[in-house]
Amino acid sequence: MLSNWIFVGIFISIAAVFPLLPIVLARFLAPRKPNPIKLDTYECGMETVGDTWVQFKVQYYIYALVFLVFDIETVFLFPWAVAFDVLPLFAVLEGVLFIVILVGGLLYAWRKGALEWA
Amino acid sequence: MSFINDPIGFLAEWITNFLSGFLPEAWVIFIVTLLGVIITASFGLIIVIFLIWLERKIAARFQDRLGPNRAGPYGLLQTFADMIKLITKEDVVPEKADKLTFNIAPILSVVAVLLIWAVVPFAPGWIGTDLNVGVLYIAAVGSFGILSILMAGWSSNNKYALLGAFRAVAQLISYEVPMLITLMVPVLLARDMGMMTIVESQNLWYIALAPISAIIFMVSSIAEVGRTPFDLIEAESEIVAGYHTEYTGMKFGMFFAAEFLHAFTIGVIFAILFLGGWRGPGAEEFRLLGVVYLMLKGLLGYFIVMWVRSTLPRIRIDHMLAFNWKFLTPLSLMLLVMTAILDKIFGDTALRLPLLLAGNVLVLFLGWLALRWASRRQTKTRRVFKKRPVAKPA
Amino acid sequence: MTVEQAVFLFTSFLILFSGFMMVTRQNLVHAALYLVVALFGVAVIFVLLEAGFLAVVQVLVYIGAIAILMIFAVMLTRGDVSQEQEPVNANFGWALLLAALFCFGLIVLIGQWPAIDSQAPALDPEADTVLDLGAALVSPDAYVIPFEVASVLLLAALIGALVVARPQKKNPRSAK
Repeated sequence: MLSNWIFVGIFISIAAVFPLLPIVLARFLAPRKPNPIKLDTYECGMETVGDTWVQFKVQYYIYALVFLVFDIETVFLFPWAVAFDVLPLFAVLEGVLFIVILVGGLLYAWRKGALEWA
Repeated sequence: MSFINDPIGFLAEWITNFLSGFLPEAWVIFIVTLLGVIITASFGLIIVIFLIWLERKIAARFQDRLGPNRAGPYGLLQTFADMIKLITKEDVVPEKADKLTFNIAPILSVVAVLLIWAVVPFAPGWIGTDLNVGVLYIAAVGSFGILSILMAGWSSNNKYALLGAFRAVAQLISYEVPMLITLMVPVLLARDMGMMTIVESQNLWYIALAPISAIIFMVSSIAEVGRTPFDLIEAESEIVAGYHTEYTGMKFGMFFAAEFLHAFTIGVIFAILFLGGWRGPGAEEFRLLGVVYLMLKGLLGYFIVMWVRSTLPRIRIDHMLAFNWKFLTPLSLMLLVMTAILDKIFGDTALRLPLLLAGNVLVLFLGWLALRWASRRQTKTRRVFKKRPVAKPA
Repeated sequence: MTVEQAVFLFTSFLILFSGFMMVTRQNLVHAALYLVVALFGVAVIFVLLEAGFLAVVQVLVYIGAIAILMIFAVMLTRGDVSQEQEPVNANFGWALLLAALFCFGLIVLIGQWPAIDSQAPALDPEADTVLDLGAALVSPDAYVIPFEVASVLLLAALIGALVVARPQKKNPRSAK
């Protein structure tokens, strides 16, 4: 089983090299003429106004939070799905209970307006 | 195994025997694995060149025009021309950008997509590595892509890039939830997470047993790639170019190539999970036929992605996220529960196909009823304007 | 030195190095990215322990959700990231002494554990660990109660986090 993962390890190293080759090639073939205007930050052709920061919008954080809970839920359910053959029916219903409890959580988030973008 | 039936197995055995003559065993395994890695990774990258041409031609035909037809016969060399152009463009790195993160982000983006090809089963016995957790592995390497977007947006030191990166990540993580849940449906039906096992147990393609789940998987995968109608990530009229505003030359080329490869990869994954992968007449005998079948089905999936792209307009971000959290997630959870219960009770009988189909149709009907109720509720609460005095001619 | 040992040593150094870098960086986003490297190293350790499922779960949940949550929190609350802060303050010496004592105590304690030199019983190579895990999670004489309690715990975490982080609806009429 470990030999399977060695393939993945070698793959990561080779896959990291493949995109590096065109970029390094570009370093030799492309012109390099930096001047202050080119190196400036892009703001639709104007001078940048203010520092680079984005207004704190808590909605991004809430989406990440709800995603985290559902991510962990699916991670619990994958072994349950794999073991399906050896499980009696009520074990399947236990998994369904797990899903139902978390659907309750989704409903709570929905009703409390946590899933609105505004 | 003869050369005709199983070229890669034959070659692998020949090389192993050849090398065992003068190298210790660990080195032989390493070199054969390395060759396998290089072949798989190169396959992915070479396919991108063909895909970019295919995409431009098909998008053009949808728009009633010809597409590239100058560079080479039928425009086949257009991608090479584009690559040469991108390589010779100046690589401008903004002054205040965070150098290391800025440079790693495009590489990480390509690596995240290439890693998926390590578990794609091309034919019986031809798979990069048959991990016993193949399906979850695909979801896990997707998270590297998400990380690369955040890194690209933040390191550019540009308000628009940062904003675009946040919105892109919000979209991607939201659509990962129905994708994970519908990924579980083939795992449930095949009782295993390994990709090869899922293909081998598809005597009846899973799209017949779980059509709505397949559609939801396709929709959420299109959103994961960032294609229209979900291409807010790179919508030029909205956010300049989103998280890759400050990228030029070949680094932008890497993001570009990663997106096209990702779109084709999800077509191939859809083909493996729901359309039977390499299964087809004669695939067990002649392994190359299996590869042909898989590529044809993958191209069908890719064609569906392009078709949807040419047909639908861009969706606003709040509509997109509401669609995901309030429709796709509950619907996919209901489908999972229904498939689980029905498959447990009737899994071994001949009733499996008709009952699962009926269950899918039932859930779809309930979903349609729910949508209708929700839209009626919205209509009812529309404000009724008071009658205001209107000037009348005397 | 087998391949496994070499990979283990390299990964351990990677984890320790990125952990150290993470706590000493002044730029918080850099610290978060070093955390990602450390978590990836932990995933590699899981692979070395033949727990492939846990390795992908580590990448999927920790790097794909938790690290992104942390990076969001850092990027959204930091405002101006160039505000450098001193990584050490006046109590650094005492903290270092305390940490060294704690580490030394832990090493001594674990070294006295009787089973530290024995090897774990070998796993049957044909055993499908994910299937066993799944069967154990829902079987009544194994872990079904913790399984269901985990779902309630996730529900509680979701509700609690939403209560804390929910956007406050700005009600203009409440000024009266």
